[in-house]
Amino acid sequence: MKHFRKLSVPYFIWCIIFILIPLVLIILYAFTNGGNDVKTLNFTLDNFARIFDETYIKVFAKSLLLGVLTTAICFVMGYPLAYIISKQDDSIQDMLIMAVTIPTWINMVIRTYAWINLLSDNGIINGLLGLLGIDPVTMMYTNFSVVLGLVCNLVPFMIIPIHTSLRKMDPSLTEAAMDLGADPVQTFIRVIFKLSMPGVINGIIMVFLMAISSFVIPRLLGGGQFVLIGNLIEQQFVSVGDWNFGSAISTILAVLILIAMRLMKKMDASPMDEA
Amino acid sequence: MGDLIELKNLTKNYDDLQVLKGINLNIKENEFLTLLGPSGCGKTTTLRIIAGFEEPSSGEVLFDGMDISRIPPYKREVNTVFQKYALFPHMNVFDNVAFGLNIKKVDKSVIETKVNRMLNLVGLKGFGPRDVSNLSGGQQQRVAIARALVNEPKVLLLDEPLGALDAKLRKEMQTELKKIQKEVGITFVFVTHDQEEALTMSDTVVVMNEGTIQMIGSPIDVYNEPENRFVAQFIGESNIIEGTMKKDLLVSFDDFDFECLDKGFPENEPVDIVIRPEDLDIVEPEAANLTGLVKSVVFMGVHYEIIVESKYRDYKIHTTDFSPVGKQVGLTLTPDDIHVMWKMGVY
Ligand SMILES: Nc1ncnc2c1ncn2[C@@H]1O[C@H](COP(=O)(O)OP(=O)(O)OP(=O)(O)O)[C@@H](O)[C@H]1O
Ligand SMILES: [Mg+2]
Repeated sequence: MKHFRKLSVPYFIWCIIFILIPLVLIILYAFTNGGNDVKTLNFTLDNFARIFDETYIKVFAKSLLLGVLTTAICFVMGYPLAYIISKQDDSIQDMLIMAVTIPTWINMVIRTYAWINLLSDNGIINGLLGLLGIDPVTMMYTNFSVVLGLVCNLVPFMIIPIHTSLRKMDPSLTEAAMDLGADPVQTFIRVIFKLSMPGVINGIIMVFLMAISSFVIPRLLGGGQFVLIGNLIEQQFVSVGDWNFGSAISTILAVLILIAMRLMKKMDASPMDEA
Repeated sequence: MGDLIELKNLTKNYDDLQVLKGINLNIKENEFLTLLGPSGCGKTTTLRIIAGFEEPSSGEVLFDGMDISRIPPYKREVNTVFQKYALFPHMNVFDNVAFGLNIKKVDKSVIETKVNRMLNLVGLKGFGPRDVSNLSGGQQQRVAIARALVNEPKVLLLDEPLGALDAKLRKEMQTELKKIQKEVGITFVFVTHDQEEALTMSDTVVVMNEGTIQMIGSPIDVYNEPENRFVAQFIGESNIIEGTMKKDLLVSFDDFDFECLDKGFPENEPVDIVIRPEDLDIVEPEAANLTGLVKSVVFMGVHYEIIVESKYRDYKIHTTDFSPVGKQVGLTLTPDDIHVMWKMGVY
């Protein structure tokens, strides 16, 4: 055992360098003034106070709203898909899951550019509509295009955990429910859906987390004035150069996500009594 | 006692494979009926057709005289105890047992009474709030039985319910299941490939092989009067001998004629004869027609298993009296020790 423990040392060093230290630095930045060097740290809460400015509150609200919307759409689309896939023969299931996974291997930016080609005013969709004599519809740089882009990128992360929990479910449980008088709808609500909850929770957490912190998709499909939390953080670090404020926003985002995860996990663990 | 379930000419095909080849079976009210047969003979398939999980390829399933073969499982007055119990892992013991009653929207207080009564019956008093995943195999088994019985079905189907239990618990549950069946007074259709289990528990044993029914009878009949070579071989140990039915009450094998109790065969009909090892008696060679040499003796705990090599075959004998290897002996039997069967495939 001792020998194996030694082998894990590089891993811990790696974790400390690339996860723990950046985290500590971000928190440190969030609570200090700009411009001071490491020796004379001036702790302050100013960075957090600034967030309560109306413009920033709006950014947070919009991000949360789009995050919830994206997650909801991913769930509504993803659950039936995962369910249908889990009903196929094993080999077909593997193929379909492969088909769901492969797009995530292609760079997100490239996939998003494909959407631009489709959605823009003189893009493919409007071109086809034009052939039918319909005036071009503005789809780019709207909430619609951003949510569409997010959903397309994130729906696999909803499908896969739900499918996993459905697939490993013992089919005799469905039969047992039917045997005890539950029709297919009751069987789904009382047994299948409840048992797939761990997958649902994981899917929701992953999609929400990625949706709320995304910044590439909102910029490409939403345009320059489309600002979500992710864009705000990126701006502060890359163009404005106010690392302290950027860190404060990141910290708040992290806390929000942690709270959301806690709530979801709690929902999963709470006893599910008969309705 | 009327017929509760009638299976008429039931067949089932999976692609090219015919796994049931015309099953005809009547199941009576309050009967403990066992489907017995080797692995893959179609026991589970038969049970699943009765439960409604599979549709027969042809034939009818009559329940109280009505054809139910196209009715979905949730509308049948039949409940199943699954081989791996299939308890709902997200519910405690009480909610598992209450599942069927909750679906039927029965009054909460009635549910409470019925579930608790059922838990008492299966010996799980006070287990209601327990998590099902922490129960032992035997306890999970009891929950599964309670969950099915609480719905007061007319028929309980059990697919090898004791298969996952160790030998001692198995014996206990056999007795208990039989007791429960007597107490609730409903029909049990039980599946097993363990012949001892089938013989000790059942009112009627149905011996199956390769998708056909080989024999239907009481445990005693199935053991003592097997209808053919397969049944004789599958149930208990036996000496199976080819012979000729000379006429009623007289059968000939190994160069000698023997009196027997069987009749109704054509004269000089070739038949199979079963002699159970415990029915053969070892005597001095002068006192018997059949003679041979003791080839081996194995002590089996209660009795000896002795193999006697005779002119045409080896006989297997179970006896409590020891005979040394190499001894010349005679073998005797009485007319009721001889069971004459039609050759396979004749009828
Ligand atoms: N869904 C299916 N598809 C194809 N073949 C099947 C299917 N279900 C069962 N079979 C085949 O039907 C035959 C009978 O199966 P069944 O499960 O009824 O046997 P059994 O008597 O219950 O055996 P065991 O004692 O092993 O449980 C077997 O050869 C099995 O391989
Ligand atoms: Mg089986």
